[in-house]
Amino acid sequence: MRMIDPRFRRLVIAGVGMTLVGKVALAGDANTISGAGATFPYPVYSKWADTYAKQTHVKLNYQAIGSGGGIKQITEGTVDFGASDAPLKPEELDKASLIQFPVVMGGVVPVINVPGVKAGEVKLAPDMLADMFMGKIKKWNDPRLTQSNPGVKLPDTAVTVVHRSDGSGTTWIFTNYLAKVSPEWSKLVGSDKSVAWPTGVGGKGNQGVASYVQRISGAIGYVESAYASQNKMSHAKLKNHDGKFVDPSDDSVQAAANGADWKNARSFYMVLTDQPGADAWPITGASFVLVHRQQKDADTGRAVLRFFDWGYRNGGPAAKELGYIPMPTAVVDQVEKAWEKDLTNSGGQKLWPANKQAGK
Amino acid sequence: MSPLGAAKQEKESESPDTPGPSSAGVRSRSLGDRFFRGLTGFFAALVLLSVLGMLVTLLAGSWPALKTFGLRFLASKEWNPVTEQFGALAPLYGTVITSVIALLVGVPVSFGIALVITELAPRWLKRPIGVAIELLAAVPSIIYGMWGLFVFAPVFAAHLQPWLTNHLGSWPILGLLFEGPPMGIGMLTAGLILAIMIIPFMAAVMRDVFETVPATLRESAYALGCTTWEVVWRVVLPYTRVGVIGGVMLGLGRALGETMAVTFVIGNAHDVHLSLFMAGNTISSTLANEFTEAVTPLYTSSLLALGLVLFVLTLIVLIAARLMLMKMRAREGERT
Repeated sequence: MRMIDPRFRRLVIAGVGMTLVGKVALAGDANTISGAGATFPYPVYSKWADTYAKQTHVKLNYQAIGSGGGIKQITEGTVDFGASDAPLKPEELDKASLIQFPVVMGGVVPVINVPGVKAGEVKLAPDMLADMFMGKIKKWNDPRLTQSNPGVKLPDTAVTVVHRSDGSGTTWIFTNYLAKVSPEWSKLVGSDKSVAWPTGVGGKGNQGVASYVQRISGAIGYVESAYASQNKMSHAKLKNHDGKFVDPSDDSVQAAANGADWKNARSFYMVLTDQPGADAWPITGASFVLVHRQQKDADTGRAVLRFFDWGYRNGGPAAKELGYIPMPTAVVDQVEKAWEKDLTNSGGQKLWPANKQAGK
Repeated sequence: MSPLGAAKQEKESESPDTPGPSSAGVRSRSLGDRFFRGLTGFFAALVLLSVLGMLVTLLAGSWPALKTFGLRFLASKEWNPVTEQFGALAPLYGTVITSVIALLVGVPVSFGIALVITELAPRWLKRPIGVAIELLAAVPSIIYGMWGLFVFAPVFAAHLQPWLTNHLGSWPILGLLFEGPPMGIGMLTAGLILAIMIIPFMAAVMRDVFETVPATLRESAYALGCTTWEVVWRVVLPYTRVGVIGGVMLGLGRALGETMAVTFVIGNAHDVHLSLFMAGNTISSTLANEFTEAVTPLYTSSLLALGLVLFVLTLIVLIAARLMLMKMRAREGERT
């Protein structure tokens, strides 16, 4: 051993030691949980993770790579949970042996730039919104628009549709709504994270859509409600399922969730667009988390559940601050019942409630 | 003896007081030589390997899409993720048109800049212009994109587009290019932003190659009474032809592949319009926009097939440039 430089030897020993410590920490208790997926809930997950890490020393590593990537990664098992803005169909969940649950909600808001028209002044019925995005209502002073908006001076400006150019959960929610309210949209365009838009220009991200709308006179686009309110964009009022014209707000988005029939939604396959309720905002969506039914590493699996349980119970105010709407308590109870029923470790034992098995 | 020791010995043997290289020195030099040759050869082979690897990966990845759509993939402008019908025509068209606009605007301007720096500007001005060009070349593309969207597009929409429509819109054929609402974003804007982005590259390369012209050539031409223009056109340009075309190809390559700046200003619509004011799409901006949320295998594969189309397009452009150079050389041979 004479030939080896003593400094080098010390380095090697330290290195081996550190590797061992690292391994132990990883296997013994789940100190890090990893997730990947939707970009929409990223701000609220990282805010929660920050506070949660301070309280429990459990770190969350969340990569906002998009819902598609999140679904791929959880299916391949490279992350502990995936996140998607669109719910997976029960058949798809069964095929990949996953369960999903909603974590936060948000609204999608039509934003406009019409000279001389203030925020919330224009009222749109669902068929009008669909026909504008279809390219069938070409001018802002179209008789159908003026008839439903007496007292508003609508100019002779061309309607320019602005949509998302990148694949997005926001687009999924918006087109899902249009497909629900317009049979023609459903037949010709359909709904997905990106679709073949009949007309208009595409902006990248909420920011891209927002700047195109502000740039183009006569534009109509759609952005997340949090984004619209933070940037003070003028929105249009929408007629909801009950026939009332509503403004997008925390309360109207929450109302949409309250009106929804979660009890009968199999595997939480629930789309919150066009829900009943006098105050319900019609274009609402939830963001979902996906986990494997059978957790190979029970500790990590439990750590994931504990994190979201913490988020449901303590993360409400932080979520609201960022423009998200927390899930109603009734839905949270239903989610945790599903955890108890469907999630097991590889030996078939239940993972939830976590405190019974875990020492914490 | 280890190679390291040999190298040491070689140094000693080359010191001025030893007469001629020793036999060990010769052997070690050939060893070091061989090592160096192998190393550089390996680096060069890496280039070929990575290109080959890229091609194989793209082919394998795009195979499902190519198998499903066949040649229709190139001819169809439909791009519908819902019904899973994909065609490359719209992004291919957008890529070609924006790059052509960029070259049409960019090449004369960069030629002018290089000309000023090498031939016309007083000595004290050459350096600042040169440094400014290099600085512009180092600006990240997203900055150009944001500038294009927030600064250029509004001005373009308010002043330039109405002017173009009023003055050229009524011309036959040419008018068709300038139809439509003045939105400030679209294929023309994208092409112009690309031109601004590639000018520094092309100008820098052109300046460098113009400076390689031997002073004797240039001065003899002046001595014969040539004007500056004649010197540039008849002496400098023919002498530096290969380098200039190389610079243009570098610019074109950047224009074809540019992603973020174009995504900001082109409008991202999968459509083929004759009018340059309308929104379009390019291959790389489609990839940047849609790759993250492409879930189904056919969708992902179609995006990879778009990548393959871009790869082939670039290859065709490079081959065309080579052929052009060869033809020019042949014609020169006939003349002399």
